[in-house]
Amino acid sequence: MKQTELIMGMPITIEIIDRQASKYYKYLFDYFRKVDCRYSTYKKDSEISQINNGLPKSKWSSEMKTVLGLCKQTRIETFGYFNIVNNGKLDPSGLVKGWAVANAAKMLSAKKISNFYIEAGGDIQVKGKNIDNKPWTVGIRNPFNFDEIIKTIAVSSEGVATSGTYIRGQHIYNPFYPETALERVKSLTVIGPNIYDADRYATAAFAMGEQGIGFIESIPNFEGYMVTADGIATYTSGFERYVYND
Amino acid sequence: MKKYFVGIAIGVIFLAYSTVLRHQHSEPVLIPTSLSQNNSAVKTTAPSTVSTAPSTQYKDGTYKGSIENAYYGNVQVSAVVQNGKITAVNFLQSPNENPNSIYVNQTAMPYLKQEAIRAQSPNVSIVTGATLTSQAFIQSLANALNQAKQG
Repeated sequence: MKQTELIMGMPITIEIIDRQASKYYKYLFDYFRKVDCRYSTYKKDSEISQINNGLPKSKWSSEMKTVLGLCKQTRIETFGYFNIVNNGKLDPSGLVKGWAVANAAKMLSAKKISNFYIEAGGDIQVKGKNIDNKPWTVGIRNPFNFDEIIKTIAVSSEGVATSGTYIRGQHIYNPFYPETALERVKSLTVIGPNIYDADRYATAAFAMGEQGIGFIESIPNFEGYMVTADGIATYTSGFERYVYND
Repeated sequence: MKKYFVGIAIGVIFLAYSTVLRHQHSEPVLIPTSLSQNNSAVKTTAPSTVSTAPSTQYKDGTYKGSIENAYYGNVQVSAVVQNGKITAVNFLQSPNENPNSIYVNQTAMPYLKQEAIRAQSPNVSIVTGATLTSQAFIQSLANALNQAKQG
């Protein structure tokens, strides 16, 4: 039975199929709350807010240093398109969401749980099978119509992330042209071996505009589905193997 | 193996592209595009229905939607109705004005595929997606479907 809680300003949903696993819901939601307390730029007392207010590096937690190191590594891997510095402040939230979902999935796997999904604001990690003993089906939302699904994919151990222009406002920008709105690409979905990588590559690829799908094509084992303003989907050469037709 | 090679090629293009972007301050120049997929009609291959039309009977024919300004350019669609169902939404007009996009896409395109998006069964375990709607697309399609209703 899936459960949803509002944490990090978004609904986080977990469904565990394995028996005797009900205690792990709270275990994971508590973990997400802990992550929120440390990395939320909306919370004044979070560690990231303290850092942005001048907390000396010697007082940063080792986990924070690790996460900021991952952000730097991602920036280099994505030719500078993944950039957590916005108006002089650090905001690693573009990486933390996928990273936290990936960690939560690892925590479950360490408890020998092998059939579940974890979803945080559209970032998904699945494992094993659903309640019908079939692969998990993930619907890609129509960026033009909230209520519609335009593609269904079937996954059993992958991470799936979508970057786009959200209701709360454009949350991704082109670091080389920060003033230019990213209007042309409406959404870009990435499937990969894990949600951590799928999420950070989706974020960077979205910031690249229409070239983003070419960037995903260039990464082995990652596939993408990009929807542009004209209602056309452009997808990578290996995407079709995930497409689910019922 | 091909993918790795493509990867390296695209990587090199990106490095060059990023460098160019950072040093480019001139006005964007419109160049002709060979990406005919984006400007001409894109047909869906299999008969399908668009769920914005719940249980409404449309008259057969092809209906041009209104031209809607999508800020970055105009959007106009046409809806094809067969046996009372929408079988295709074609794009008569769509914005395609970014010369940088065209340059890189021409390189990447042979490995990428395209299709017109269309609504599918909502029976899924999980949903992933962005949530901002494009009013221009919806308005043009709604206009076309309105004509189909009136026949």
